[in-house]
Amino acid sequence: MNAVEMHGIVKQYPLVRALDNVNFEVEKGEIHSILGENGAGKSTLMNVLYGMTTCDEGEILIDGKKVSIKHPSQAIALGIGMVHQHFMLTPVMTVTENIIVGSEPVKGPFVDYKTASKKVAEMIEEYHFGIDANARVQTLSVGQQQRVEILKALYRGANILILDEPTAVLTPQEVEELFVVLRDLKAAGKSIIIITHKLKETQEIADRVSVLRAGVMIDSGLPVKGCSINDLALMMVGRKVDLSFTRHRDDPGDVAFEVKDLNLTIQGVPVLKDLALKVRKGQILGIAGIEGNGQTELIEVLTGLRKPDSMTLLKDGEPLSGNAARFLSAGVGHIPEDRLKRGLVTPLSIEDNIILGYHKLNKFANRGIRKAGAIHSFAEEKVEEFKVKTPNVLEKCSSLSGGNQQKVIIARVFSQDPDVLIAAQPTRGVDVGAQEFIHSRLLDLRDQGKAIILISADLDEVRRLSDRVAVIYDGRIVAESNHDEWDEMELGLLMTGGKEGGGESA
Amino acid sequence: MKKKNDVQRENRLSRLDGAPLSIISLLISIVISAVILAVSGYNPFEAYSAIIAGAFGSLRGIAQTLTQATPLIFTGLAFTLAKKANLINLGVEGQLYMGALGAAIVGTVDLHLPMVIHLPLAILGGLILGALFGALIGFLKVKFGSNEVVAGVMLNTIATLFVSYLLNGPMLAEGSSVAQTERVVESARLPRIFQSYQLTIAIIIAVIACILVRWFINRTTLGYEIRCVGLNPKAAETAGISIGKVLILSMCISGAIAGMAGASHVLGVDRRLIDGFSSGYGFNGIAVSALAAENPVGVIFAGLVFGVLKAGAMELNRSTGIPTEFVDVIQSMVVIFVSAPLLVKGMLHIKNNYSGKKAAKVAKEA
Repeated sequence: MNAVEMHGIVKQYPLVRALDNVNFEVEKGEIHSILGENGAGKSTLMNVLYGMTTCDEGEILIDGKKVSIKHPSQAIALGIGMVHQHFMLTPVMTVTENIIVGSEPVKGPFVDYKTASKKVAEMIEEYHFGIDANARVQTLSVGQQQRVEILKALYRGANILILDEPTAVLTPQEVEELFVVLRDLKAAGKSIIIITHKLKETQEIADRVSVLRAGVMIDSGLPVKGCSINDLALMMVGRKVDLSFTRHRDDPGDVAFEVKDLNLTIQGVPVLKDLALKVRKGQILGIAGIEGNGQTELIEVLTGLRKPDSMTLLKDGEPLSGNAARFLSAGVGHIPEDRLKRGLVTPLSIEDNIILGYHKLNKFANRGIRKAGAIHSFAEEKVEEFKVKTPNVLEKCSSLSGGNQQKVIIARVFSQDPDVLIAAQPTRGVDVGAQEFIHSRLLDLRDQGKAIILISADLDEVRRLSDRVAVIYDGRIVAESNHDEWDEMELGLLMTGGKEGGGESA
Repeated sequence: MKKKNDVQRENRLSRLDGAPLSIISLLISIVISAVILAVSGYNPFEAYSAIIAGAFGSLRGIAQTLTQATPLIFTGLAFTLAKKANLINLGVEGQLYMGALGAAIVGTVDLHLPMVIHLPLAILGGLILGALFGALIGFLKVKFGSNEVVAGVMLNTIATLFVSYLLNGPMLAEGSSVAQTERVVESARLPRIFQSYQLTIAIIIAVIACILVRWFINRTTLGYEIRCVGLNPKAAETAGISIGKVLILSMCISGAIAGMAGASHVLGVDRRLIDGFSSGYGFNGIAVSALAAENPVGVIFAGLVFGVLKAGAMELNRSTGIPTEFVDVIQSMVVIFVSAPLLVKGMLHIKNNYSGKKAAKVAKEA
């Protein structure tokens, strides 16, 4: 019998049909991967199942019984649990407290913490989760926090577990550990649904796969065995994509951008320590690292957004300092790591966003008055060139998909011809098609002799695009070498501070 | 399961904002106020016809409506402009008093200048004092991290009491028993449109100001930076825009517009600065801005709506005995509904929700 059956699900939003007559089934005790690009509707489908949104048409059967799920509490009562991409945990509280919240065992008017903690400890034992029930969540690693989230769902009696992009925040080692946990859960008879756009992981962990594209179920319940990555990519994107293309350059030019003695302390805590790096013309320097090791601050310093305690910064041998406007006009382009936070003013139109930061240039403004015509035609030209999918350039950026939003930023930065580019997470949360496009544009820019610093949490991306790789850990560059020096596991170890790297400097 | 047109209806409602929301909110406020009137033992139809008659029934009424609308358009515009930079300028009232003071200082002195010079100078006096007082709030926010709402409210008190002090002392008109200045000299008076009514060309300046602000916001680099800072300061900072500069300038311009409200009153309506002349124009500006959905040109219409209420209030009281304060009730209702779009949506949707609950119940039983 199927644990979940969804028939003819339709979800219509004002402008898009997010789900169009989707059928989806999950067997008991299987790991089922839902593949799809961003905006394909996979999260919407799972939100319908979990009661976060309601569908306009269609029916849902759990264990063969027709049900109506209008609220997550109903889903939980039916044994459905969901682990969101962004954890919903209270850092200062213990594992037990986080798990029992909302369904606390009580003794009179008090929470029966002892019983709860015992039960949680038993569950941790049962599923081999290896965490302390009384530890504070803030002391746990990201991978462990994720297991707390999984436990939370299990504690509420989940037999069907939905995981939304579970590997997005994990190191390769943690991904392996997660997969062990998931296999254990499967052995215990749980049905697991993984929302993902990562093909490699689907191949490794899933039994069957369903592929969504633009709200339509392309193929449902396909056994993973016998599917190649390229088959899956073809189904997901609808055309052939090459996700392994790359080219490296071994003949970089002069040093274009050099940082020395970079120290930064925030509220008494040293965040960047004696950091040094340099990148040459025609070179991509990849900076690999687990989030929270100083990358954000490093990006802010390198783009003039934050003043460090000390730093020597040379661009083409000349010292550079000042604010963000100064860095921009000196030819240091910036792709911010969080496009919604720093990259775009989403309520404004594409044409307003595509000149942001360059809006005072003579071609866009004359004595403080904007050249509306010039801006408009510039935006139209760039939207065309950078393949931003939109009806017109007056569309608000908030109505674009993540990939197209990112293309607006790429178009903005690339069209101003920067000498140095600080590219932070350039393809985060972007669909495969846009990812391919952005990667090839980055390589083109490199081939034009520009210097690029690529800061990314996506190891594949760093390894594939970079000519040199540096590893940041705890505010320091702990290792630096040519791109082919380390394999994924070695890099993973370096990123967790597990091994001091040998690499010589260029 | 929802029917298709239900879905469409819901989609339409979910996007309800701007002018349609304002109009619906206004209508709901009028209906609810009618209920309140009826409950209080008055005839709502009589009341509303009295307001309409008072505001439109005669040339005098129309002139009164426009006169009342003028300061409201200015203060509504001042609030709207600051809001574009995501600033809540609660200091409009204080800036209005400072603007009035500036205009009075220049306007009451006979400089032996022709009107084409003296009047603009007097207006400029108002603009500058209003602008400086507005910029002070921005400066306190940027330099010392003070909250512009708190600073604005505090500075209101300082401004009104400071003006009151001047009017009771240094600037008190000779022989006057009321705290007021000398009359504004002939050459600094805003020309009246009709000889016998208080309506001046300030209404035309107000309308032009709204159109100018719209142009400024949409078409100038600074206007663009104001929008960016207001909508996403982090992104603006990343783009090299100086947030502090933009915030101070926004408050400066907002203050100048508020100052214009005071100046137009001093140079046009009262023709002198009288202590406590503002009947809360600064705060009514918030209501105007809300009804205008923060659209500079919408401010013209919203200002007129409130002008009608204010002008009609006299007639309302005269012919029906309903207290003039009643128009404040309507005005407050408008603010509540405009600022709570979900409430309006909820009210329009009552039936939908009901059927939804019923469907859930049926499904549970099945």
